Amino acid sequence: MNNRDLLTEEQQARVLGDSPASALTVPSNLRDGFLTDINKEVTDNGFLVTSTEDLFAWARTGSMWWMTFGLACCAVEMMHTSMARYDVERFGFAPRASPRQSDVIIVAGTLCNKMAPAFRRVYDQMAEPRYVISMGSCANGGGYYHYSYSVVRGCDRIVPVDIYVPGCPPTAEALLYGVLALQRKIRRTGTFER
Amino acid sequence: MSAHWPHDKPDAGFADAVRAAFPDAALTEHVGELTLHIARDALLDVARRLRDDFAFEQLIDVAGVDFPERPERFEVAYLFLSLTRNLRIRVKLSTDDTAPVASLTGLWPCANWWEREVWDLYGVLFTGHPDLRRILTDYGFTGHPFRKDFPLTGHVELRYSETEKRVVYEPVKLAQDFRSFDFLSPWEGTDYVLPGDEKA
Repeated sequence: MNNRDLLTEEQQARVLGDSPASALTVPSNLRDGFLTDINKEVTDNGFLVTSTEDLFAWARTGSMWWMTFGLACCAVEMMHTSMARYDVERFGFAPRASPRQSDVIIVAGTLCNKMAPAFRRVYDQMAEPRYVISMGSCANGGGYYHYSYSVVRGCDRIVPVDIYVPGCPPTAEALLYGVLALQRKIRRTGTFER
Repeated sequence: MSAHWPHDKPDAGFADAVRAAFPDAALTEHVGELTLHIARDALLDVARRLRDDFAFEQLIDVAGVDFPERPERFEVAYLFLSLTRNLRIRVKLSTDDTAPVASLTGLWPCANWWEREVWDLYGVLFTGHPDLRRILTDYGFTGHPFRKDFPLTGHVELRYSETEKRVVYEPVKLAQDFRSFDFLSPWEGTDYVLPGDEKA
């Protein structure tokens, strides 16, 4: 067993990026010489070396402004998520009631036929990269109103959805978990193709 | 009767006064609530006298009901409240999809949206309404969804069309058929056989 097997995939990626710590843990034959040289130059000089992709992912996940789109009772749980007890802002996830300045939209509630074109317009007004969290049974697939004459059978018929949060309504913790899952998804895949 | 809400049920004198004032109408009482069944063309007169002579200042709601088996299939119910006398009364009349009902917007402006709602969901016509158009259903909606013969899933559904770059309407195509659940307890004896259980 060599040292490499002891590390997780993420740790391997990090040490092969050659941070100062990797000099202690990674055998020299696994290190990238070019990055090692750069690191020698910048160590203890107030620099941090990373990839632009990681930097973008960090910036994107660290300050996600979410468009409130409360349509029904799920909206109340969405409010709980952003209030003092669950305080989603500690993850840099701040409410913003303007599509042009927000990164993610939370569809919280039953999407009716009459609302669907307006919802699509709000989504179209958001700047790329934009993400969608579908919250609750109704937004996921019509839920209780699946067979109704007036309800869209899932908001993914209108916009592409990144995270589905199940529940009727999902608890505030569940939505919080969905938010963290979205951040993990962005970190893992960077900018995804649609 | 005293076990029912409201505890301050209308006294007999009030019911007699209403009966005397509207001899053509039928007054019934159920669980302490009074209902006045009137002819369709008497509505404006009855409503005005209820407001002016019996102090029913407020129109609380206008509701529609569909009874497909009746010759005049729709019923319109008006709920009135008298704050000064602490009384309520319900006025009912029947109509069909062609016979119009007089609008109460001249007496209570709040009737405007409720009559639009009854028109939207049941297709009951109101004469004298200043702006009788749909209020709840989608723009361009056809049919009246609260009628018993309106299909549950309606006629159209929506999706976003990537080629047209807009939300488009399409005929309903359900991925999963509507299922009717039977919650009869099998321990109390069922009169149906589940698919696959025929031989058992």
